[in-house]
Amino acid sequence: MTPDAHDLPDHPDFLWRNADPKKSYDVVIVGGGGHGLATAYYLAKNHGITNIAVLEKGWLAGGNMARNTTIIRSNYLWDESSGIYESSLKLWETLEQDLDYPILFSQRGVLNLAHNLQDVRDSKRRVYANQLNGIDAEWLEPDEVAKVCPIVNTSPDVRYPVHGATYQPRAGIAKHDYVAWGFARRCDAYGIDLIQNCEVTGIDVSGGRVTGVRTTRGRIAAGKVALAAAGHTSVLAQMVGLRLPLQSHPLQALVSELLEPVHPTVVMSNAVHVYVSQAHKGELVMGAGIDSYNGYGQRGAFHIIERQMAAALELFPVFARAHMLRTWGGIVDTTPDASPIVGLTPVEDLYLNCGWGTGGFKATPGVGWAYAHTIATGEPHDTNAPFTLDRFTTGALVDEHGAAAVAH
Amino acid sequence: MQLIPCPWCGPREETEFHYGGQAHVEHPADPHALDDEQWAQYVFFRDNPKGPFAERWAHTAGCRRWFNAVRDTVSYEFLTVYPVGPPNPLGTGTRERQEATA
Repeated sequence: MTPDAHDLPDHPDFLWRNADPKKSYDVVIVGGGGHGLATAYYLAKNHGITNIAVLEKGWLAGGNMARNTTIIRSNYLWDESSGIYESSLKLWETLEQDLDYPILFSQRGVLNLAHNLQDVRDSKRRVYANQLNGIDAEWLEPDEVAKVCPIVNTSPDVRYPVHGATYQPRAGIAKHDYVAWGFARRCDAYGIDLIQNCEVTGIDVSGGRVTGVRTTRGRIAAGKVALAAAGHTSVLAQMVGLRLPLQSHPLQALVSELLEPVHPTVVMSNAVHVYVSQAHKGELVMGAGIDSYNGYGQRGAFHIIERQMAAALELFPVFARAHMLRTWGGIVDTTPDASPIVGLTPVEDLYLNCGWGTGGFKATPGVGWAYAHTIATGEPHDTNAPFTLDRFTTGALVDEHGAAAVAH
Repeated sequence: MQLIPCPWCGPREETEFHYGGQAHVEHPADPHALDDEQWAQYVFFRDNPKGPFAERWAHTAGCRRWFNAVRDTVSYEFLTVYPVGPPNPLGTGTRERQEATA
């Protein structure tokens, strides 16, 4: 029997207006992903600035926000990183109530596996650093790993045996689309214009100060312009002659068909390059490392997936009969020290948020908070102050290759 | 996986190659003359264009030789490959050019 129209659920309420651009805004945010939306939200909530447009060249949260593996953690090595990622994790813990919207934040814990003696030493060092920064972190021996995640193959008779793992119990996953929609709904309630299908084609500067943007939907004047465009930031910065220490790479991920609950936590392995969680609906969500070459094509090479699957199958023999449902690629902007760039630029009233590489999702509320502060006050927040553009000249790098979990 | 045309071996599978980043980044002729900003540009800053990009590749699983290529970073298509030495066919990205346009 075919269902009648009235048997189907009601069409949901719209969460935000599909706004048309006005001629002028106090703040124009370029990029309607998680970072752009969170920034707009905290500009309104914390600083009372609501005359804001968020410009998105495609559909809202349809870039990297729709393409990531949704892992949230704060177990980074250096104090600077701990500061910004842990501030973000604290916001995640109350975000659902704050946004009054379900985001399915699940603190199911994250294991970062160690596969050799040096991995073990580096991992323990990171655990101790985390503990000194007040971040929950533990070192687990292989038998303890098996208790947290029984489907991990802890046999010593594999090519890359599990010698143990770091464990952050407060880490987890959230439903990425719901996160974006929750922020978008609150932005809309503040009167912020979320403008889709609006690509920035030029940035106007007069007397060293930014004055507006040119877009596929006309010119928009702006008191301040804040970039939040991830992999495409180099392209935008080039419009004002700003060269950045960024390289954009494809980063691939995939999901399996829906399975019964089988995977209770998140498992990441830097050495063999796969990271896996099980989505609320049941898909196994698996991420790979970045493709080696620069790219903007939102796809990558098959051999990366092949290696990722080989690693997954050795770690999780139980996945052997799962079918792959779909694959995709995002474009991540990597920096030489695997840390982001958030702050001021040589152009007055033009702000920069980029270089998150493979790990921007977990930072969404934290960077939104800090970036909003930076834009509203013209000064970095405590948490983003170390992540300046000029650290590549001063040498004050925040080298997080070891904790980035995906080599980039 | 795509075929990459090694200038010496001909078309071979992508997995045989290693990526070397931007081509034509020249070591400073007079390193002592550089200030911190110029050193930062040399060490950390690279072009990141959306479109044709001159870059280095090594045929590590074949002849093990380095070569240059112009590749489109959107389609990933190799537009041309050429030996190390000749100038950048795009005329972009060299230190001389950056200084000339600065």
